[in-house]
Amino acid sequence: MSVCQALLAQVARIAQDRGATAVKRISIELGPLCGVDAGQLEAAFAVMRRGGLAAGAELAIASVGVRVACAACGKESEATPNRLICAACGAYRTRLMAGDELRLMQVELRMPEPRAALPA
Amino acid sequence: MCQTCGCAMKPDVPASVVEVFQNLLADNDRMAVHNRAHFDAHGVLAINLMSSPGAGKTALLEATIAALKSRYRIAVIEGDLETDNDAARIRAQGVPALQITTGTVCHLDAALVHRALHELPLAGIDLLFIENVGNLVCPAGFDLGQHRNVTLLSVTEGDDKPAKYPVIFRASDLVVLSKIDLLGVIDDFQPARAAAALRALGRDTPMICTAARRTLSIDAWLEWLDHELSDRAPVYRPLARHALMQRAGA
Repeated sequence: MSVCQALLAQVARIAQDRGATAVKRISIELGPLCGVDAGQLEAAFAVMRRGGLAAGAELAIASVGVRVACAACGKESEATPNRLICAACGAYRTRLMAGDELRLMQVELRMPEPRAALPA
Repeated sequence: MCQTCGCAMKPDVPASVVEVFQNLLADNDRMAVHNRAHFDAHGVLAINLMSSPGAGKTALLEATIAALKSRYRIAVIEGDLETDNDAARIRAQGVPALQITTGTVCHLDAALVHRALHELPLAGIDLLFIENVGNLVCPAGFDLGQHRNVTLLSVTEGDDKPAKYPVIFRASDLVVLSKIDLLGVIDDFQPARAAAALRALGRDTPMICTAARRTLSIDAWLEWLDHELSDRAPVYRPLARHALMQRAGA
């Protein structure tokens, strides 16, 4: 819920800064190791967006795969959230390259209609 | 056209797409950086202590304070949904403790810690423990400004916890097995299995054993604390969200 609050606050700031009348679509990226569950975020969003600029917004969540870089052999390989071992050489020390994303990627806004230009 | 996003409306109404690429917890992280700078300015080592409810965080702190208070000036920030029972236990040990009651929120965040720091003067403190809300899920995601993350795992829990809760165990700089004096009466906890599950998270995180109640066995824990404190200016190396690093370098 705190994460949903943070999301709506960020989106509201962006919408207000640009003078938007509403938020149409919010795109976020969630990795399996970010500590936030997509389903719970969607459920919280459905409730918490009410009454704000994002009241009618669609929330699009893209999931990301887990990828590690090996400290021993340097190769990158795919991994799972609880098995972050190098698939190439089996080393137990790796750096996470992808999988803990908790990112707001894009916001689609509805802008007010432009005023008609005055005749020359 | 779909009805959910309203694109069925007049096609000449302009829509504006804003590329953001921002961490959802950017506000929290910014406050955490501020907290950390505050700790650094006062030479305080800040440790975020996490575990599931009942794993023995407060008991470990009580034993730690009894052992170390003559050598280091210690303070504790306690986080719970309700009651100030834990802060009271710490104060009974003779060190300052501040209780944060979150109400319904299941984790501490940087803003809560920042507010608590207004009431806890750091001048004259060497070591600050932040005892997080008992929870193996949410606390992991919220940087508080600490220098080190320590997660307790009691032998009365499953030894596959590091596999079941990879986020918090991967984020930990040290895992402390607690209540090891009960190993004799527990059939199904094998420290080696817990160590293997932890090792599979790719960070070679050390695991040490403790008991803090009827049997007192905290030497390895005190040694680790001594080592961290001797650094005096601990460098915090966050598990940076790789996406932000990429963005910064792009």
